[in-house]
Amino acid sequence: MTVIPVEKKVLSENQRIAASLRSRFEEHGIFCLNLISSPGSGKTTLLERTLAGLSPQERVAVLTGDLQTENDAKRLSHYGFPVQQITTGGICHLDAGMIERALNMWQLDDIDLLIIENVGNLVCPSSYDLGEEVKIVLLSVTEGEDKPLKYPSIFAKSELLLLTKIDLLPHVPFRIEQARTNARLVHPAMKIIEVSSTTGEGLEQWLTWIKRRRQQMYQRICAAYG
Amino acid sequence: MHEVAIAAAILEAGQAEAERRPGSKLTGIGVRLGALSGVDSDALRFAFAALTAGTYLDALKFEIESRPRRNRCERCGHEFESSLYNAPCPLCASENTLFVGGDDLELAWVEVEEI
Repeated sequence: MTVIPVEKKVLSENQRIAASLRSRFEEHGIFCLNLISSPGSGKTTLLERTLAGLSPQERVAVLTGDLQTENDAKRLSHYGFPVQQITTGGICHLDAGMIERALNMWQLDDIDLLIIENVGNLVCPSSYDLGEEVKIVLLSVTEGEDKPLKYPSIFAKSELLLLTKIDLLPHVPFRIEQARTNARLVHPAMKIIEVSSTTGEGLEQWLTWIKRRRQQMYQRICAAYG
Repeated sequence: MHEVAIAAAILEAGQAEAERRPGSKLTGIGVRLGALSGVDSDALRFAFAALTAGTYLDALKFEIESRPRRNRCERCGHEFESSLYNAPCPLCASENTLFVGGDDLELAWVEVEEI
């Protein structure tokens, strides 16, 4: 009997593809966002408002993941930007290989902003790097304000928290300050933006955040490559 | 849950390690699982057992080493283990601490037997 130390990441194959995607994104100047939340917290609707709010000149592409159906891709295809549905057939997360295969359908030079809508799930997507620049977690006010404490992994790894459906605040017992406190307990430096896809509140701030954060990435790439 | 996919990846990685040593067979796998890995250890054990049951890997030893969350103090730079969310720094008591580790999901070792 011999014990051999290995010390290797279990998802090293995913990690390898994610690293390759990340360097391709940098090379082509693609700013990639990975949107993660529970089912029903408003990812697709927010994405619709986001696409509607972006200039048609922007070169945006969307990958949307679901276990079944092409419904989300249909909803998102009305905004003049290329959209692809990734149907996982029961798998609860997207992995880097799925993203790589989907991107084979597109010319990377034609894309500046790639938005990935992950499968609705707060647990599994947190384990899979997709090569994104930023993970974003959504929490709607119809959920519990203790979600950051129950699912710390994804809240610790996400740079931005979008508190969604804030137009419903008068009708639900959600304590938004408590939610913000919980998120910052898990991730003290977390940026938080409150939005409503129904009233449009906060959308401007969210679009500005995208613009600024994209600028930050470009500056980093320019500094690295001279 | 994705524990079945993770268990399959662990088995695959373990088998690949054993195959690199001709004349030996895989008898055990050890993994390191962080508190923030997003993987539940009970579900992982269950998935591992389900995947190996009735195969030649049925008797495979499977050990999980749990790793706590690690924080770093943004004021004094001290790194410490923490099961709490924003545990204050044990050195300088600052509450400005940041998650820096404990999301491990690693194949730590394999055990092989000569055949």
